[in-house]
Amino acid sequence: MLKIKTPKSGRIKRDLEKRAPKLVETRKKTLILHGTKTSSVLNSVLTEIHHLKKDNSIKYSRRNDKIRPFESGGETSLEFFSLKTDCSLFVFASHTKKRPNNLVIGRFYDHHIYDLVEVGIENFRSVGSFSYDMKLAPQLGSKPFFAFIGEAFESVDELKHLKEVLLDLFRGEVITNLNLAGLDRVYVCTALSPNRVFFSHFALRLKKSGTKVPRMELVEVGPSMDMVVRRHHQPDDSLRKEAMKMAPDSTKKKEKNVVKDDILGKLGKIYIPDQKVGSVPLANKSKGVKRERREAKAAKGEGDNPTTPKKQKQDSE
Amino acid sequence: MEEAQYEVDLGNLMAFDQHHQFASPPVSREEIVKETTEQATKLVQAVADALFSLPSTEDPDGPLVKLPEPTTKLPREKPMKGKLPKPRPPTQWEVFAQQKGIQKRKKEKMAYDEQTGTWKRLHGYDRVNDDNDIPIIEAKATDEPGTDPFAERRKEKKSRVDKQEGNRLKNLKNAQKAGALPSHIQLAATALPITGTQSQPKRVSKDVLQNVAGMAATATASGGKFDKKLPGEKPLKHEKKYRKYLPAVEGSGMGTIEKQQTESVLNRLMSKHSHQILNVEKAVNMHNAKKEKNQRRQGGQSSNSGKFKANKKSFKKTSKKGPSSSKGKSK
Repeated sequence: MLKIKTPKSGRIKRDLEKRAPKLVETRKKTLILHGTKTSSVLNSVLTEIHHLKKDNSIKYSRRNDKIRPFESGGETSLEFFSLKTDCSLFVFASHTKKRPNNLVIGRFYDHHIYDLVEVGIENFRSVGSFSYDMKLAPQLGSKPFFAFIGEAFESVDELKHLKEVLLDLFRGEVITNLNLAGLDRVYVCTALSPNRVFFSHFALRLKKSGTKVPRMELVEVGPSMDMVVRRHHQPDDSLRKEAMKMAPDSTKKKEKNVVKDDILGKLGKIYIPDQKVGSVPLANKSKGVKRERREAKAAKGEGDNPTTPKKQKQDSE
Repeated sequence: MEEAQYEVDLGNLMAFDQHHQFASPPVSREEIVKETTEQATKLVQAVADALFSLPSTEDPDGPLVKLPEPTTKLPREKPMKGKLPKPRPPTQWEVFAQQKGIQKRKKEKMAYDEQTGTWKRLHGYDRVNDDNDIPIIEAKATDEPGTDPFAERRKEKKSRVDKQEGNRLKNLKNAQKAGALPSHIQLAATALPITGTQSQPKRVSKDVLQNVAGMAATATASGGKFDKKLPGEKPLKHEKKYRKYLPAVEGSGMGTIEKQQTESVLNRLMSKHSHQILNVEKAVNMHNAKKEKNQRRQGGQSSNSGKFKANKKSFKKTSKKGPSSSKGKSK
């Protein structure tokens, strides 16, 4: 026995349509949660990431025992949460003896696990430990700059993966129009060694320079930490191919009224609007209608005042 | 250190310096931070150069710039749906219309209502040809005298609506099988019939459900007295075993109930085994002997009167039970 469930209120219908797959995707929501045990460092890391992505992240405060992202059965809970909250990125923190201060950053495709990167957090400095001028503090939701330094990001597989994931995580919405006055943050990742990345967050200060381009000044705000890459899980080739499919290019304008014929070649249609026979202004006005003549006449007419107006020649040309 | 070539992805506001290497292995944290800050400044400056050179429009908040598309490809979060509009199988009506060659016609907003002689809308409040507005239905020759034509019309309409609902469900099921269910509709299973047939499972009422545990308790030897109860479960209606005790003081009526009980038991026993209990031959001989004695006393009457002839047949089979049984009869 099946029952058709249609949303009864417009609000629910709109929410469902928001979650439906779209041709061009602009923003990804993030799910932040933690496992059986966390350390104080990890707790602050999670809260700060949540603050950095305030409007498109969801933070769960309870501990989740059954989640083990790298094991085959341990990700069902995660997938369920992704389905319920419509999140496609997640940050999962856990602290064990074998892997202290462990952070797993992962992505979903169609609410199934796409890829995972596991990093260990070291030398963490929280936002509060930086002292800076409060006026410089980056605004919530502003589009960030990214700076990746180090050749290891290109040569080492894991760091390449981490670069992609970090970009996805902190990117924010994909937009076309950007307000240049609202640029105020930079995320900087430096590869210190083939498995260690120094991640930090700076506020931007635009200083006057001679040219149109302002001079950039960076002030360290925000969390900074060392990420030690531990494990990572790449998607299969077929899954990656499917996930990377892009929308067809719809920016090219379609040529209208042009038909390519095999025999005759390129044919075009020209539409001629109807001729308005009566209302077309004639090019050559008849002599008597010309304005100067009329005005001159009027000026002269004040003195003379003829009783019979002159008959105008019908000059039709 | 090559500074000139950074990979700049303007759509993502990203700059990537591939060629940077730390000149000397950094010793302290501050050195790392300092070096990072310097490099990052250079990178961000490069991005900003490219950014500010884009054509900008003036806005009250600041100069607006149209960003190009990001060059780094990132994976999608959901499969693409807009590209393939309708791979769903055609609905029942669509199949029929295609067969018959029926074209879709645009509906008009208003229609002329003959009854009132005005233009009314097609659906909704105050509509054309509303079922409820028909004042008179003329009887046809085929109509039976007792039937209510208005009720008939309503029943027919209801059956048509139900049929349509069934068709709609069928169409959606086919669409779901093909993977093309519209995003705002979900098909949910209401109840799984345990019976193999298509019959609807009977809806159990709340009271019955509450007493189910009590009903199952009667199967235990102690009548469910020692069963563990869930929180919120009501106590059993009948907690003990079913037993009937005879009253201590009996009334004067038909005699002692206990005597009746034992008598009925005995009668039943006797009737079953009557053929084994009664020796018919002996009984007949005794009867005959008695009779002879009486006759000899009364002197020489016809000997054969009243004498029984032994019948070897068992009394058990006939509906007439053996002479000593009085089943069910109260004395």
